[in-house]
Amino acid sequence: MSSGPAAPAQPSEPPEPTGSAPTATEVLGPHEIARALTRIAHEILERNKGAADLVLLGIPTRGLPLAHRLAARLAEVEATVDPAALVGSLDITMYRDDLRHHPTRTIGATVLPPGGIDGRVVVLVDDVLFSGRTIRAALDALNDLGRPRVVQLAALVDRGHRELPIRPDYVGKNLPTSTAERVRVLLTETDGADAVLIDGGAR
Amino acid sequence: MTTYLIRGGRPYGEDVADVLVRDGVVAAIGPDAAAGADEAVVVDADGCVVLPGLVDLHTHLREPGREDAETIETGTRAAALGGFTAVHAMANTSPVADTAGVVEQVWRIGRDSGWVDVHPVGAVSVGLAGEHLAELGAMADSAAHVRVFSDDGKCVHDPVLMRRALEYVKAFDGVIAQHSQDPRLTEGSQMHEGEISAQLGLAGWPSVAEEAIIARDVLLADHVGSRLHVCHLSTAGSVEIIRWAKARGIDVTAEATPHHLGLTDDLVRGYDPVFKVNPPLRTAADVEAVRAGVADGTIDIVATDHAPHTVEDKDCEWAAAAFGMTGLETALPVVQLTLVDTGRLSWRDVARTMSEAPARIGRVTDQGRPVAVGEPANLLVWDPRSTRVVDPTAQATMSTNSPFRGRELPGHTVATFLRGRPTVLDGRLVPAPTSHLQEEES
Amino acid sequence: MKHLLSTADLSRDEAVLILDTAAQMAATQERAIKKLPTLRGRTVVNLFYEDSTRTRISFETAAKRLSADVINFSAKGSSVSKGESLKDTALTLQAMGADAVVIRHPASGAPHTLATSGWTQGAVLNAGDGTHQHPTQALLDAYTMRRHLVGESGIADVAGRDLAGLRVAIVGDVLHSRVARSNVDLLHTLGAEVTLVAPPTLLPVGIAPWPCRVSYDLDAVVTDERPDAIMMLRVQRERMSNAGGGFFPSAVEYTRRYGLDARRMARLPEHAIVMHPGPMNRGLEISATAADSPRAVIVEQVANGVAVRMAALYLLLAQETPGSTLQEDAR
Repeated sequence: MSSGPAAPAQPSEPPEPTGSAPTATEVLGPHEIARALTRIAHEILERNKGAADLVLLGIPTRGLPLAHRLAARLAEVEATVDPAALVGSLDITMYRDDLRHHPTRTIGATVLPPGGIDGRVVVLVDDVLFSGRTIRAALDALNDLGRPRVVQLAALVDRGHRELPIRPDYVGKNLPTSTAERVRVLLTETDGADAVLIDGGAR
Repeated sequence: MTTYLIRGGRPYGEDVADVLVRDGVVAAIGPDAAAGADEAVVVDADGCVVLPGLVDLHTHLREPGREDAETIETGTRAAALGGFTAVHAMANTSPVADTAGVVEQVWRIGRDSGWVDVHPVGAVSVGLAGEHLAELGAMADSAAHVRVFSDDGKCVHDPVLMRRALEYVKAFDGVIAQHSQDPRLTEGSQMHEGEISAQLGLAGWPSVAEEAIIARDVLLADHVGSRLHVCHLSTAGSVEIIRWAKARGIDVTAEATPHHLGLTDDLVRGYDPVFKVNPPLRTAADVEAVRAGVADGTIDIVATDHAPHTVEDKDCEWAAAAFGMTGLETALPVVQLTLVDTGRLSWRDVARTMSEAPARIGRVTDQGRPVAVGEPANLLVWDPRSTRVVDPTAQATMSTNSPFRGRELPGHTVATFLRGRPTVLDGRLVPAPTSHLQEEES
Repeated sequence: MKHLLSTADLSRDEAVLILDTAAQMAATQERAIKKLPTLRGRTVVNLFYEDSTRTRISFETAAKRLSADVINFSAKGSSVSKGESLKDTALTLQAMGADAVVIRHPASGAPHTLATSGWTQGAVLNAGDGTHQHPTQALLDAYTMRRHLVGESGIADVAGRDLAGLRVAIVGDVLHSRVARSNVDLLHTLGAEVTLVAPPTLLPVGIAPWPCRVSYDLDAVVTDERPDAIMMLRVQRERMSNAGGGFFPSAVEYTRRYGLDARRMARLPEHAIVMHPGPMNRGLEISATAADSPRAVIVEQVANGVAVRMAALYLLLAQETPGSTLQEDAR
């Protein structure tokens, strides 16, 4: 799901097509995205002194493929890492604080890696970090699932405008935006191509 | 008494002829009318149909007992606005109209109200219980001169009691108006039994529950040589049985209601109790058969079965709601819509089915008379060209349970005359000079 | 979806969405902490005009697992038994701020009336009305069938799938059964083929347009149609001779012709599952052998009921409020 504020006066604005809208500006291309993920992978290993006890929990929809890509990069660096055993999926729909203000959301799957999360280092992976409410919901969801030793946060894009005291540990790209703009992340797995687009506003 | 000249109207919807009303009778028709109209108040009837005042053989006025739903005063106002000059008030009041005392009370209040003639219907059985004959003779001999007897709302189910009643009323030329509903086949029934009841999970009301009683009753009437009137028949099978009985020469008359001419059981899908009625709304095929029956004379009359109910009795879940619909103020519009505008009835046929025949069945001698010189001036001036959206809260009836709510229906009453006195003029009620309610009306 | 009144109102995609959501809800119910914060601050009223402890508890559990506040309003010992009308009760609940009303009522159409009358602004969930509909029962039945008979019985591999091609026999008192009506509509929408089996007295007049087959012969259906699932409806003993109208002559005769006994069990396909909405009359419509066999999924139906009702509550309550001024999707 792409990220950005909707104009409150137009709550039923039709969804935009997945391809780039005429006004959209590409701020990251496939190569930049790949480079950013590689860098984040290295930072994760560095910060945690290896991949031991590491769990990557992707937040559907686009956090999950990002988590898989990160796991693949970790495995390239650390031969002992089994990328499949590293990644889980954390659906936060049922923990959102804004359910009554949204069209009903289809609930995604929550799947934990075989080792669970108790005592592990959990890295939450999402595409865009914005108000921080998604991450707040993710922390609540984690709380019901177990007790990680440490929780860290990786986001491909941080567009600012935080509404909660939440900060990322790993960021692909800091993207200063106005609240009137829309930031959309496209991934090959979900959208057929890799790109980060920005549109709307008076840029 | 004021003289009225009904100018430019068409008696029976035929040739234009002015009608002069003086001293309670039709004083002149045609060119003579205008000539004798020096002092007359003119009623502009240009484009209107002039009919004998309508006679309803089947009205529930609810008084005594349920004055929260309707009173004789409010019900007869509704009748006058609907173009009626006489109504038959059904017996299922509280107390039941099963004694001379009750029928005389209803008759007197109706007379004092002065909007239409109120002819009480007497109960067939004591308390409508279907066990013992009520004092039919005493009611017939009372000031109310009851000639129509009915347990309407309940069926005279016991064949022996029905036979006795049919025989007994011969002594004073009465008629039994039967509510044909086999009680065992309709225990708990909520709507017509068919595809829609199956889907809605509402207990079905089979057509045969009506038809079986009608078949039995026409045979009984034949056997004892009595007069039978079948109330509100609603099914194609019922029409067939009446047709057969008449072909055999059995002395039976039959009635259909406007709602059975205009509405089908499909309307029940929304579970709105305004469509809950006894007998229930039937299928489109039944509606067509009933229309055809009225058109070919198998069904003698259209009667309203005006059944007002309080909001509490209708604003609730279907099963808890009362059966019945209002009808006095929508009867002729529905008949015009379904039968006249479709070319199946002429206005002369309307006069027959809604005035002459019901008066004859009820043995009301001064109503349902021809629009002719010397006849009592019970008249309706009807404008068939207008259309109106039905607003139950704007009707004169106290209750709002009209199934035609929000529908656009044709025609409206311009004037109603009761023995030469206008009860409605320009579409508005006109209180009688002697009425104690005079000051209330505009 | 504003209300859940009848399975006839559900499109195939809506029905599948409910089943998929129910699957996710069921997955959360395998965790140590079963409670989700999803409906925190929302109020769900269980308005029960009929005794049905099972259904009420199922809805109550579902609402509580989603952190909704639950008010149980039962006809017994309340103002309802003192003659208060449905309208006044509904207005009272509205004044209390009910976000959803789960209603069980003996009158067919009462939930529809509640939903369309303007008496309450909340979502209305039909928990069984008269002989009309019981949509969550049908949904849990469909959910149970999908789990056992579609895909490889996992959550992921049945997501998005319907019941295309499944053959289902529903046996018993169809005339008085809201479960049968709901199931016929829903299973047809989901692509299953339904055969109703009952004595003719227990089938409604006007059944012809229903999207199903009708048979009076259970043995023929078991042998010839080879159903994948057989659902036995509860037969109420008062429907027998005398007082109740005599829909069939005796319990023994009913059991002989329409009961699921060991002999008929043996002739069902190997994979066929046995279902019953409960409560069962053992020895009448279903023998102990059948009820307790490994192919009976009757207990599981109850468990699935909670997940399906969680899904229904979630989909009805966690939805768009027009005029919201909060930012969308504030990550």
